[in-house]
Amino acid sequence: MLIFLIRRLGIMVLTALCLTFVVFTLTNLAPNLEKLARSEGSVRMTDEQVQSWLANNGYAQPLAARYGEWLGVMPGWTREAEGKTVGRCIANGITAAEAPRFCGVLQGEWGNSTVFKRPVAEILSRGLAATGWLMLWVMILMVPSALLLGVLAGMREGSKLDRALSAVAIATTATPEYVSGVILIAVMASATVGISPVLAEWGWIEGRTLFQGTATSAMDEITFWNFGLPVLTIALYGMGYIARMTRASMTEVMTAQYIRTARLKGVGFREVVLRHALRNALIAPFTVIMLQFPWLLNGVVIVETLFNYKGFGWTLVQGAGNNDIELLLSCSVVAVLVVLVTQLISDIGYAYLNPRIRIS
Amino acid sequence: MEPIGWGSIIARMAIQFWPVWAALIVTYAVSITYKRRLGLYGKLFDSPIGMVGFGIVMFWVFTAFFADLIITHDPLAQLSGLKNKSPGIPTPDGSAYPYYLLGGDNLARDVFSRMVMGARRVLAIAPAATAFAFMVGITLGLPAGYFAGKLDTGLSFLANLVLAFPVILLFYLLVTPEIRDTGIPVVLAAVLFIFPVIFMVTLLNSRFFTAPSKRNLYVGVTLVIGLWAYSGLAFNADPLGVWSMEPNLLNVFVAVVFVNAPTVFRIVRGLVLDLRSRDYVAAGQTRGEGPWYIMLWEILPNARGPLIVDFCLRIGYTTILLGTLGFFGLGVSPESPDWGSTINDGRRLLSIFPHPAVVPALALMSLVLGLNLLADGLREESLKD
Repeated sequence: MLIFLIRRLGIMVLTALCLTFVVFTLTNLAPNLEKLARSEGSVRMTDEQVQSWLANNGYAQPLAARYGEWLGVMPGWTREAEGKTVGRCIANGITAAEAPRFCGVLQGEWGNSTVFKRPVAEILSRGLAATGWLMLWVMILMVPSALLLGVLAGMREGSKLDRALSAVAIATTATPEYVSGVILIAVMASATVGISPVLAEWGWIEGRTLFQGTATSAMDEITFWNFGLPVLTIALYGMGYIARMTRASMTEVMTAQYIRTARLKGVGFREVVLRHALRNALIAPFTVIMLQFPWLLNGVVIVETLFNYKGFGWTLVQGAGNNDIELLLSCSVVAVLVVLVTQLISDIGYAYLNPRIRIS
Repeated sequence: MEPIGWGSIIARMAIQFWPVWAALIVTYAVSITYKRRLGLYGKLFDSPIGMVGFGIVMFWVFTAFFADLIITHDPLAQLSGLKNKSPGIPTPDGSAYPYYLLGGDNLARDVFSRMVMGARRVLAIAPAATAFAFMVGITLGLPAGYFAGKLDTGLSFLANLVLAFPVILLFYLLVTPEIRDTGIPVVLAAVLFIFPVIFMVTLLNSRFFTAPSKRNLYVGVTLVIGLWAYSGLAFNADPLGVWSMEPNLLNVFVAVVFVNAPTVFRIVRGLVLDLRSRDYVAAGQTRGEGPWYIMLWEILPNARGPLIVDFCLRIGYTTILLGTLGFFGLGVSPESPDWGSTINDGRRLLSIFPHPAVVPALALMSLVLGLNLLADGLREESLKD
């Protein structure tokens, strides 16, 4: 088990290095740097001025060296200018002598955002906290309902209930977030069409709409009114997939020998499902739920943009759309880490849960 | 004139779609009559789910095909005074059609016609991109699964690398105007587009290896046509100007193929790992058949069931990806009627004027749903034998 873990961790670190290098290369392409120089320096700079601005700010070094500096395994660049030493690690208020030699991601120096004019670490932690709440509610809503849907459908394969629930599962997987979000807003958060005007007329709801079409106010206070739709939108898309996996796993378990034995012994159907089938049927969905995280990340980006909720996904879009290199890089690191860690957890969890695949 | 109600809007839309209905009726009549002779395709008509799914998919295929006959207005034309008007609004005298059947969008264009033209955009890219992804995945997945060893380890690592990228991040990095200047899309296209040529050449070469004269003819023809198309599509350097792709489209196409190919690779590799221990493979090896013949003509046909099902699902997924690209305004021209960017345009005024966004949203949803149902029907029927 230990060797397996070490090998997995080694591959994970290698993957993370490769991926961050690719992202670093793609964000530091020449046109992007030129745009950065013009936006940070002056729009009317000549090409020579752009080149000298880039050279003065350490962007003229080879790509590998800059990657090393950014990562924090190579000393940051320094340069003598007007009798003072300036450099990557020398920020305002720190003299060259006190400044650390290394300042990269590994040292916790995530750089500064050019769009928000604030440290990236601060923006990211705020965004991640906001997204954390979103994910928490999505999980609370999605996992139990998906498992319930899958177990109910897979309990009796081919029954009417199975057909109906499978149709629901297929329909939700066929509806990406930007479609379901749009339809949900039109139906539930519009004061002119959908069900809100009807409900308001009957006096069933306080305000004019059942839900709010934007989740900006949820940054301060989460309520059912402003947070219901974003959570529902993400949960719907992921739910269908998990439900289908659970159903497949449940139908497989229900045809197993020991279930037949239990039935023949005279154990009731309810008892068989709850005590014998459920535990084994839930092994496969566990992996699926874990592997669902990268997909949820997609959903988060779409939904946060659609509902204007300023979390991690929204930050990523802002960084990418405004050529904010440091911010985009940091977002990528976080995204890649989330994907890799969940993959690792899913592997370990699978081996741990399933006694047939214990690795030794 | 008065705006018309929903009853007549639906009736008028149904009339507008007449070429589609006619084509659907012909397709179903022919297919059901001869379903016993049509193999897996014919069996599809035994399953109600598959039939419904196939119907929805073919509805959009025919809509894309007959789009010019169906549209009521020019999808790019703006009629003054019809901005954000609700469905069924009459148009000024002298227009091509007396009503905006599904209303006007925020630039006073006809929502209905744009939705119909959007089908053409989506169905021109999604199946082709999926097919390319399959060619890449199959060409790499077959040897990885069959030979295993170092080749497999290396290719799997690369595939996992791409798969560990969040898709949206990849799109934001790969589909930008800046990246086109650096030539990265062209390099990617050069790598990805050569695989179909390699695939076809290997396929024919291994089949007709024992009959050199036939082999030379087939491989030669494939190479000429393949490299001709390759030069045009990847480098926009077709001497005759038949094959070409605008840079915007190439960028989107390459990104979508790049995202899809690793998953196909993993599926093919898994299938081959399972199938290569079968007796018929051992028999082929004993007969002295070459590895590529065994892979392409023994293993691949036996793996076709899951691959066809996944192909249908993947077209749906590609449609979703294209919509995502449009939703973020990546790689599409602002005028383009494709569904993703239309949803993006409409979402700003969503709670006041929902129709410009809801119409393409429902269209996209129904197409993907149809593809999913079709895949489900195919899976059920292919499991039966």
